[in-house]
Amino acid sequence: MMLDYHIDGGDFVNAGKASSAVKRVLKQLNVPAKRIKRVVIALYETEVNVVAHASKGEIEVVIEPERITLTVKDSGPGIPDINRAMQEGFTTASKEVREMGFGAGMGLANIKRNSDELHIESIPGKGTIVRFTNDLRD
Amino acid sequence: MKQTESHTGFHHALKVVDELCIGCTHCMTVCPTQAIRVRDGKAIIIEERCVDCGNCCKACPVSAILIEQDDFEDIFNYAVRIALVPSVFIGQFPSRIRTGEVFGGLKSLGFTHIVDIDSVVDLVQQGYEEFVKNPACDKPAISSFCPAIVRLIQVRFPSLVDNLIAVKPPSDVAAIHYRKLMEDQGYESTEIGIFYITPCAAKIASIKSPVGEAVSSVNGVINMEYMYNKLLHLIMNKEVGTEAVPDNERLNSKEILWSMTRGESEHQAGRCLAVDGIRNVTEFLEGLEETEDSNIDFLELRACDESCAGGVLISGNRFLTVERLNRRAGEASIESVKQSEAGSFDINLYSLDKIQARSMLALDPDRNVAMEKMNKLEELLKVLPGIDCAACGSPTCRALAEDIVQGRAQPTWCVFVQELYIRDGRLSLEEADEINGSIWGKERNYRSQSK
Repeated sequence: MMLDYHIDGGDFVNAGKASSAVKRVLKQLNVPAKRIKRVVIALYETEVNVVAHASKGEIEVVIEPERITLTVKDSGPGIPDINRAMQEGFTTASKEVREMGFGAGMGLANIKRNSDELHIESIPGKGTIVRFTNDLRD
Repeated sequence: MKQTESHTGFHHALKVVDELCIGCTHCMTVCPTQAIRVRDGKAIIIEERCVDCGNCCKACPVSAILIEQDDFEDIFNYAVRIALVPSVFIGQFPSRIRTGEVFGGLKSLGFTHIVDIDSVVDLVQQGYEEFVKNPACDKPAISSFCPAIVRLIQVRFPSLVDNLIAVKPPSDVAAIHYRKLMEDQGYESTEIGIFYITPCAAKIASIKSPVGEAVSSVNGVINMEYMYNKLLHLIMNKEVGTEAVPDNERLNSKEILWSMTRGESEHQAGRCLAVDGIRNVTEFLEGLEETEDSNIDFLELRACDESCAGGVLISGNRFLTVERLNRRAGEASIESVKQSEAGSFDINLYSLDKIQARSMLALDPDRNVAMEKMNKLEELLKVLPGIDCAACGSPTCRALAEDIVQGRAQPTWCVFVQELYIRDGRLSLEEADEINGSIWGKERNYRSQSK
């Protein structure tokens, strides 16, 4: 099954709406709690990244019986050096964003830790595509 | 009322009285776990989902939801008759009625011993400290004080069951402790009857069908409303003397306020938070499930607004109860005087066994079947109006869609869908009457009445 969500850049209030919705679906599909938690945390971090850095983004969720694939495309500044951005503590978030409790530089590292396969494509000045797949088996 | 065991194995304290129920949907729409449906003009409680919070009981306009309790006369089956009294019971009475009169009244009603439940709070506190000391303990540690919250976590937040602190609540610790004390004085266990005067439906259910322990140490539960009426009558008619209750006078402020909001959280180490009201708790836990590091060490969660002062069996105003208890706490000492009496935390006596998750959310145990149902559910949600009118007998449009995919309801139970079907000629007025009669009850069906 497929689910789609839209994210507005700068809308911190609604960051997490998609991860909540996906969580509900996975609970109804009887996915083990620990697996749900990984998906939800990784998606939440991705949502916050889009809200913090991009003007808008789209989330596409594909759920199969044994796995979930999430693709998040944004129109944003892109990531010039993905390897560096993956390091814990690396952040380009503005002071304002950090004061709101976001942008601590844990985003991509958290996504990596909570996903089974992670693929990031980015074109500086245009945007980023984050795609990750998680196992849903019991 | 006698104890009844349900077919699902979950014992509930809340029962719908069909003769009184008018099928009005008030209870169904306030239920935090969507455990109620209306069929044939009567509310039905889905046992696997009910957490015994008592919201339905508070919302019912015709008092059709009964809270089970034991017969007061049962106390006379025992030679030693102990009343377990929570401090919130004392907070029910106007300040001019002293604790001594309340306790004197309980004795003249037949109890031989009166025990302040909250006198064992220090034992529970020691248990918490032991529990959180374990480096393997999941953070935040969640208090298992409130039985409705324990059940809410079991059915709705299975990922958080391991966060629950495996320490019994004060009422159980008090029952175990005082039973042992009496046995040490030479009484047989069968001679000792421990009766808990409770403000709480979930507490009654948890004593009748315990979570995390094989059998409760409490012999019976007595509805606080019932006790309040009986006692106030005695006191008003000056039929009781004042009992000297040195023990109670020595309850310190921490003990008096333990069952109030922030009663526990203010005494725990680290970053502690208190949330009351079951909807607030649900919202908070939804958020907690979605973050990696909450940095919260301890969570006090209570199902009732203003915690036990807002219990379903509390007759007085909850804010006045809190105020009275605060005043009593202000007059009491801060330090515990009788720490030595309660002894130290015994992990074998006062710990809970592992609490099991029993999620009610899965559409099907088989993933493939669950996905089929999920797809159908999404399709149904596009058709249903989304106004959550509850006229179909389910609490929301989404709940109706879930009931349909589970084979427990039909799309035509929705009045909007019905209207479409009638216009298309797919449903006759007679068929629609039949459907509505099966939801609202035959005598409430306006179309059949007008004939």
